[in-house]
Amino acid sequence: MSEIKTMRDRDMQKVSAQQSVMKVLGKIVVYAFLIIMAIIVIFPFYWMIISSLKEMNEYRRSVPTLFPEVIDFMNYVEVFTNEDLLLGQLFYNTVLVGVVSTAGGLVITVLSAFAFARLEFKGKNALFAALLATMMIPGELFTITNYQTVFMWGWIETYRVLIIPFMVSVFYIYLLRQNFLQIPNELYLAAKVDGCSDLKYLWKVMIPLALPTIISITILKMMGSWNSYMWPRLVANDDAHRLITNGLRTAFTNAEGVTDIPVQMAAVAVVSLPLFLVFIFLRKYIMKGVSRSGIKG
Amino acid sequence: MVDSKHQWKAWLYLAPAIVLLLIFTVWPIINTLRMAFLEGYTTAKEANPFIDYEFTVGIGNFVRVIQYPGFMTCLQNTILLCVLTVPISTFLALLIAVALNSIKPLQRLLQTIFFMPYVTNSIAIGMVFAAMFNMIIGGSARPDSVGIINNVLEALGFEYINWMNAGSEYWANIVVMVVYIVWNALPFKILILLGGLQSVNKQYYEAARVDGTPKWRVFTRITIPLLSPMLAYVIITGFIGGFKEYSSIVGIFGESMGPVGNDYALDTMVGFIYRAIGNQEGTASAAALILFAIIFVVTMINLAVSKKSTHY
Repeated sequence: MSEIKTMRDRDMQKVSAQQSVMKVLGKIVVYAFLIIMAIIVIFPFYWMIISSLKEMNEYRRSVPTLFPEVIDFMNYVEVFTNEDLLLGQLFYNTVLVGVVSTAGGLVITVLSAFAFARLEFKGKNALFAALLATMMIPGELFTITNYQTVFMWGWIETYRVLIIPFMVSVFYIYLLRQNFLQIPNELYLAAKVDGCSDLKYLWKVMIPLALPTIISITILKMMGSWNSYMWPRLVANDDAHRLITNGLRTAFTNAEGVTDIPVQMAAVAVVSLPLFLVFIFLRKYIMKGVSRSGIKG
Repeated sequence: MVDSKHQWKAWLYLAPAIVLLLIFTVWPIINTLRMAFLEGYTTAKEANPFIDYEFTVGIGNFVRVIQYPGFMTCLQNTILLCVLTVPISTFLALLIAVALNSIKPLQRLLQTIFFMPYVTNSIAIGMVFAAMFNMIIGGSARPDSVGIINNVLEALGFEYINWMNAGSEYWANIVVMVVYIVWNALPFKILILLGGLQSVNKQYYEAARVDGTPKWRVFTRITIPLLSPMLAYVIITGFIGGFKEYSSIVGIFGESMGPVGNDYALDTMVGFIYRAIGNQEGTASAAALILFAIIFVVTMINLAVSKKSTHY
């Protein structure tokens, strides 16, 4: 290492003035590129917020204002009081479905991951491989039959049709099993010797040790229900059970297909707000969960 | 460690997951195969209590899917969007990740900004993009508002373009979709590629520097090869996601999947399957199997190519 250090020193001395100018120029190019890209990435969010604060007359102008001349919160009032949108009901439905399906999904995922990681039983590896194989199949293929199934059971336009069919995900079982496997088996054997039951061990040792993964799964699952569109659209498109994304897409467009964009942007901002709060406070877990699992929510 | 006394316990813990997966994952796989190969299958016919339909086995559903005029549009749109967005987003993400990795100040802030689009609702933000490209037509020849994207184009000296309103052209619609899909795909790719770059052993760069290797050579001979597993990964997941493109189009164009007066101009494979659910299950199943086959083949090709060019 010290050899490298001295070589570096010698190198540094060799760097001529011209080279250091090139280096500064290079840095400027890199920063300029990154900042321009960052502005492009962030611009839609900015445009959403300022458009939601404009009056329709200002929004329609041929030369747009980059900041509203008159800040108008009427669009937000309209979003919360609109009788076609029923925002309160949409929020209630989405939160209820999100919380119940996430909680249920977590319990099932933790139990199965524990069985796959710690318990021995006949056919374990074959079963696990079979589960993993199902991950290759696009979800649309399941939807066709699942629609038949829930229709036959009379589950259309209920909460359970939104909660139960996609509650377990093989992927999260896989992710948590991998995490559980990293916990040394000796801990489990020691606990067994001390007469600790499986569930107690799971609760007191495994879950706390795998907590970061469990939190990541929770956030990704909650975000998944907040953003789910196709299945809810198909099976529960009535006022009492409609979820938020679905309600949002069709609102604020009148019979002639003309959209009141400022009000629509206000609605989009309201729907996006919980996601931004999650992003601000739980970014670490999301980024870790995404980079480890590599899924698009 | 095989403890036969505990076997039933393992199955007990697995029971809820297995029951749900049998009903909602395993049965659909079997049933899709069954429905796809029964000629003219629909749920309504099978469930009809008065007539006992006998379905013959055959490939009629597949033939019908391929001959259906809308299907080729769906296939073309899906493939076109895939072929355009995966390379563009991968290339941009690579540039951004390498640039981010080379700086110290502002790195964390910029990294956070680049991750932001990940945590969004693709329908909701699609509506924001639609507003940015959308024109508001008034009484006069020129629209009241041409939309912020066109304002920028005009400021740069170009003419405004009808991106997505009534009468807009196909290529303009595709450009809107590509911009939105790339914007949406960047955060995940940047995250994975930056993670890969940060785990690269610094000694390779140290050695290249000592040898006075030019920057571009360092990039093509060290960075790219060491990053190739992650590149292969984002390209493969990009293609898989790309073949399932649907909600981003609903976000921009709504459920008509096209500009006003040209419904379904931008329909995709998944859109095709969804519209057949609830009335033409045999056709929907055949289309879903075709989609699965395409994804499977493309993934295998990707894996074969990446195995050849990936350096671990």
